[in-house]
Amino acid sequence: MSSFLQHTFDGLVSGAFLALLALGLAVIFGMLRVVNFAHGAFYMLGAVGTYLLLTEFGVPFWWALLIVPVALGVLGMGVERAFVHRLARLDPLYNFLLTFGLTLVLQDLVKLRYGTQSSPYATPSALAGTVDFGLFDFPAYRVFVLAFAVVACVAVWWLLGHTRVGMVVRAATERPELSRALGIDVGRWVMPVFGFGIALAGVAGVLAAPMRAVNPLMGADLVIVVFAVVVIGGLGSIFGSVAAGFGIGLVQAWGESYLDQWPIVAQTSVFVIMAAVLLWRPAGLFGREEAPA
Amino acid sequence: MDRRVGVAVVGALGLLLSGCGGGGPQSSGDSKLSGDRIVLGVLNDQSGVYLALSGTNSVKAVEMAIADFKAKHGGDAITDDITVETADHQNKPDVANTKAAEMYDRLGVDTILDVPTSSAALKVADVAKEKKKLYFNISGATTDLTGKSCNKYTFHYAYDTYMLANGTGRAVTEQGSKNWYIVYPNYAFGQDMEKSFSTAVTGAGGTIVGKDATPFPNDNFSTFLLKAPTLKPKPDVLGTMQAGGDLVNLVKQYNEFKLREKGVGLSVGLMFLTDIHSLTPAALAGTTYTDAWYWNFDAENRAFADRFLKETGSRPTFAHAANYSAALQYLEAVQAAGTDDADAVVKQLEGKSINDVFLRNGKIRAEDHRVIHDAYLAQVKPAAEVTEDWDYVKILKTIPAAEAFRTPSADCKL
Repeated sequence: MSSFLQHTFDGLVSGAFLALLALGLAVIFGMLRVVNFAHGAFYMLGAVGTYLLLTEFGVPFWWALLIVPVALGVLGMGVERAFVHRLARLDPLYNFLLTFGLTLVLQDLVKLRYGTQSSPYATPSALAGTVDFGLFDFPAYRVFVLAFAVVACVAVWWLLGHTRVGMVVRAATERPELSRALGIDVGRWVMPVFGFGIALAGVAGVLAAPMRAVNPLMGADLVIVVFAVVVIGGLGSIFGSVAAGFGIGLVQAWGESYLDQWPIVAQTSVFVIMAAVLLWRPAGLFGREEAPA
Repeated sequence: MDRRVGVAVVGALGLLLSGCGGGGPQSSGDSKLSGDRIVLGVLNDQSGVYLALSGTNSVKAVEMAIADFKAKHGGDAITDDITVETADHQNKPDVANTKAAEMYDRLGVDTILDVPTSSAALKVADVAKEKKKLYFNISGATTDLTGKSCNKYTFHYAYDTYMLANGTGRAVTEQGSKNWYIVYPNYAFGQDMEKSFSTAVTGAGGTIVGKDATPFPNDNFSTFLLKAPTLKPKPDVLGTMQAGGDLVNLVKQYNEFKLREKGVGLSVGLMFLTDIHSLTPAALAGTTYTDAWYWNFDAENRAFADRFLKETGSRPTFAHAANYSAALQYLEAVQAAGTDDADAVVKQLEGKSINDVFLRNGKIRAEDHRVIHDAYLAQVKPAAEVTEDWDYVKILKTIPAAEAFRTPSADCKL
């Protein structure tokens, strides 16, 4: 029983990363109809930035958790204005290619400057211990990551559901043409929303620095799973992406621990689930099928 | 029609190649060297995960070998014109294949050195065999280089999966850690390593209480780390076959889950000095692994490491030292043979016993071209004992050359 709880908890922690990243993708896709392939690269920049703040400027983890997402958000807004914006009217494929290219550029810039060697980053000392839950204990830092991600997801949900900005974003996501017809200036919100999505990737990156290898390629593999998560949850669905993020985290953890005779099953489960969901509900579990234009 | 075009192209290529190959020696009059010079080719990863452990610094090491060779022989050296060509194979077998062929054919390279990544290493062995040119593999791990893929022109210089497993697996088991839990990345290298380790551990009287294949690459090992202390009987040691970024992930998370405090030690299948540097010794304190060479082992190694530090800004890994040694021994063999003719140099090298900064009690086995030498069981020092940058490990024991490597494989027919 205690080991089941442990594995469940563990699944939720890795789900937290998937949820944060998927949430950012969903927000961006909803508003801009852009599949941001560079999301993994921004996650990587979050972690590398955290490392650099510490080594170059002596800025500790807690400040990085504030500074890095803000900085990446600003960078994201710049990218939106400079590139994404210009391709908005064209076929979505153009922005897909653009963000894919951006990934390669960002990865190689980091490689060029800092090499491919993984950089060390210690767990913040306040969270270096373990938390005792009675039946099992768990690294304190992971408990923090889970709590932080849950709070962040709830905050985003609240922001979208209960503020004027959120209403505009939801309206623009669901019926962009109608929103414009009603006099809502959708265009004004595109840039900040893109920046916000990128900032969420930055948060995930900062959280990853103490527990994962910080190197230029850290986002490249993760982003593939995140895309599967977003597709499972339903492209553009905020709730769907968060739920699917945590769900996939759990499935992976349970699969790896209880199907360990067949490692390949656990490793491919995400994509099998994605294929099954697409066959059954092409718009994803929580997505809404768009009426043909 | 198609076939005729194909034949014509192949024919034209053949003419071109034979033209190039024949042109050198003919124009060189009475010289015994092709093109009147010696060219060493360093083919390795210069932009990816294996950059730090070998990469461009191995080129520097080879340049150091050339300088030392010239200094030793002075005016008697077979030639003064010794240069290095280098290329990035990006750890891709197809790129390695093309670059190797280009080095031998177009750049006049006499021997290729290094070549990490087993799949790429094997491809280059095929090229060497086809072109009848020398090839010293340094940083590839697969025993196939001296097994079913061995050939007359290929030498495997520094280490292999058998050496790592036999060194670490056996020694750690004999020191009392009987129960092993092995995690390995689910691809050729990892599967090879898992098999070698399991054999070595059970051979020494230990038990494999569990083994798990992990995704590759992977950034989350928590499932396996949670599982480790719950296995029955509880494992004494977690043996990880992960390398590069995956190893960093695993070690970080091993520390996070406090497995050492829970009585599960850590043993690493393949680790380089640069890995310890990037993880910090504190994260790895107490970890045992097999090293092919250590820079601070004795005064001779240290003197080399000091020069290397001056050249590159970092201490040498065993791959750097082995590249230096292989380049030097190749040049000595050419000097002794009086020619760079591949067959004559091979004859010089086969069966030769060598002692240099890298090879201790070294011998180039004629049977399979495995270069055997002393290996070392190393342990990462606790942070408190690290008093000098890069001096991260202590050598627990020297594994004599004869024990460190497997006996020649029956699969190898040179």
